[in-house]
Amino acid sequence: MSKDFSVHVEHVTRVEGHGNIILDVKNGKIEKLQWNVVEAPRFFEAMLRGQHYNELRPITSRICGICSIGHSLASLKATEDALGVKITSQTATLRRLAIHAENMQSHILHIGYLVVPDLFGAGSVFSLLGKHTDTVLKVVKLHRLANEMSDLICGRTIHPIRLVVGGFSLQPTEKQLIQLKKRLLEAQELTMELAPVILSVAGNLPSFTRETEYIGLTSDEEYSLYEGDIASTDTGRHPNYREYKEIMQEYIVPHSTAKYAKHARESYMVGALARFNLNSRQLHPVAQDIASLFKLKAINYNPFMNTIAQLAEFAHSIQDSISLIDILVDQGIKQEKPVKPAKKAGRGVGIVEVPRGILVHDYTLNSQGYCTKANCIIPTNQNHANIQKDMEKLVPEIINRPEKEIELTLEMLVRAYDPCISCSTHYLDVSFK
Amino acid sequence: MKQKPRVAVFDFADCEGCELEIADLEEEILDLIEIADIVSFREVMKEHSDSYDIAIVEGSIMRPMDEKRLRSIRSRAKILIALGACATMGGVNKIRNQWMPDEVKNEVYGTANLKGNELFDVFQTKALNEVVPVDYYIYGCPIDRDEFKSVITAIALGKKPDIPRYPVCVECKKNENICQFELGAFCLGPITRAGCKAICPTHNSPCEGCRGLIKKADTECVKEVLERYKLSYEDIRRRCTMYNYGRKECSYDE
Repeated sequence: MSKDFSVHVEHVTRVEGHGNIILDVKNGKIEKLQWNVVEAPRFFEAMLRGQHYNELRPITSRICGICSIGHSLASLKATEDALGVKITSQTATLRRLAIHAENMQSHILHIGYLVVPDLFGAGSVFSLLGKHTDTVLKVVKLHRLANEMSDLICGRTIHPIRLVVGGFSLQPTEKQLIQLKKRLLEAQELTMELAPVILSVAGNLPSFTRETEYIGLTSDEEYSLYEGDIASTDTGRHPNYREYKEIMQEYIVPHSTAKYAKHARESYMVGALARFNLNSRQLHPVAQDIASLFKLKAINYNPFMNTIAQLAEFAHSIQDSISLIDILVDQGIKQEKPVKPAKKAGRGVGIVEVPRGILVHDYTLNSQGYCTKANCIIPTNQNHANIQKDMEKLVPEIINRPEKEIELTLEMLVRAYDPCISCSTHYLDVSFK
Repeated sequence: MKQKPRVAVFDFADCEGCELEIADLEEEILDLIEIADIVSFREVMKEHSDSYDIAIVEGSIMRPMDEKRLRSIRSRAKILIALGACATMGGVNKIRNQWMPDEVKNEVYGTANLKGNELFDVFQTKALNEVVPVDYYIYGCPIDRDEFKSVITAIALGKKPDIPRYPVCVECKKNENICQFELGAFCLGPITRAGCKAICPTHNSPCEGCRGLIKKADTECVKEVLERYKLSYEDIRRRCTMYNYGRKECSYDE
């Protein structure tokens, strides 16, 4: 069938930030197909110049409201790497809890509020009320718990306060942690009740595959989020973290205010599905059960399954948080003062896994401890090229379907990546390829 | 009963954290739906309408194309509310105003030819009221959820919202915190507008000034704090660069 039509989605909804989808078809042939990021650039790296090392964390937290804990942790790791700060094991454990809290908060928001409405054929979580109130309330309860866990560990979910260079400005008490553990155990039950509901509509996730490269952190010790080596499903492990630019090769396209990235192929993917594809054997058994329930197995090349990988990670984060709390309670939680820097000048690189994938902060500090150069590599930037390549394979496969369906499928594809567009337009120092 | 006001939420250059604070109201959003209809909120809903009474706008204005969109929102809305530090005062986005746009672009894009590309056509960061009139302000980075609820409720009921004109120190003392100056930190609490429940000092971190400066006259109540640490209003103002770059003393009508 040859036909003419256009799909122009201005400002895709239920994603963080502003992105457009443009598809023009003439005589059944694709004339133009573009994923455009139109968010205003914010120039964070330029703004960091001249800032004292204690200010870098609070400023970069403001790159993104959803992953402000992740940005804070990458920022602290980079600053501490530059200043030779060795954090205590209690700080490392609390930071792992912080990252789990954010992963849970962000994942359940994405699964429950942003993706599930599509699977039920609804426009938003509000229109799910009434018919599916019970499911919505479960999601709300889990989301609230994740937020309150972030509040407890970090002082606040959005733009954390307690995370400082060298440690924490304040630590939770043993009593608060024991209370949190109780609630996490309840959350695990709720998650097991929620999974079958999502499974019942998971058939509406498009069955689309495209082979690509997956990049994330990996570690021998654990399902890597806070620490690990950079790894790729194509090229294996890359232990020299300071050479991250060799893996994450960023470039500019004129129709987007966010940068694109590539490595071994023309695009790669980061995020929950990438982590799952690299490290699924290290997930907690409960999380593995959820993955099998949805027949999610590594390596999976369907980007729409990212949401299911998030659900598995959500369960993993609950379980691992419970274990971390046990460790803290066994050892006795102490009110520790932050570790002081050993020196002032240097370059430091901090890499963590945040909900949307691998995140890098890289700072150079002068002898007074002020930043002279900064670079941040954002998960969503690394996914833009992969979204574009997915669209290029997906559209010909569905081109004969009704326009509304094509439009919805493309929107669902963008949403599956859980893009964080404010983050990705923070802007960087650029080299043209 | 009077018809419920129609509310739309929009965003410009920012982190969307303040909108997320709204989403984080969780089931309390249902109370808000009792008094107002949410007709557009791109971050969490696909439904959209161009017919609204109240526009809640987040983010700073960076480009002519953003100005155009903001003007069009202003022309449709009876009431425009600026949400969060980026919208009310420019927020962290104004840190870059110490350099000219071309210099920042150069640092960021190198020699890339971006001439004529409207996506990259940035001017110096503006708060909303540097482009259009703003009716109400909800301060903070991020906003405080309780304050958001009380301001929106007041506006929806046609009342004037109550925004504090006293410094963060007042709330900090109420929380019985040890003064950050006493702990050796430099805190912007004495000259920053309260309303955040002094959340940062309560978590043992100094205030960064995200809710904007209050007038010098309104710092009278913390005179003794300033005297004890030999600080003047101006001394603290000079350190107010993360959120209040290039800002003069605030006017409460703004």
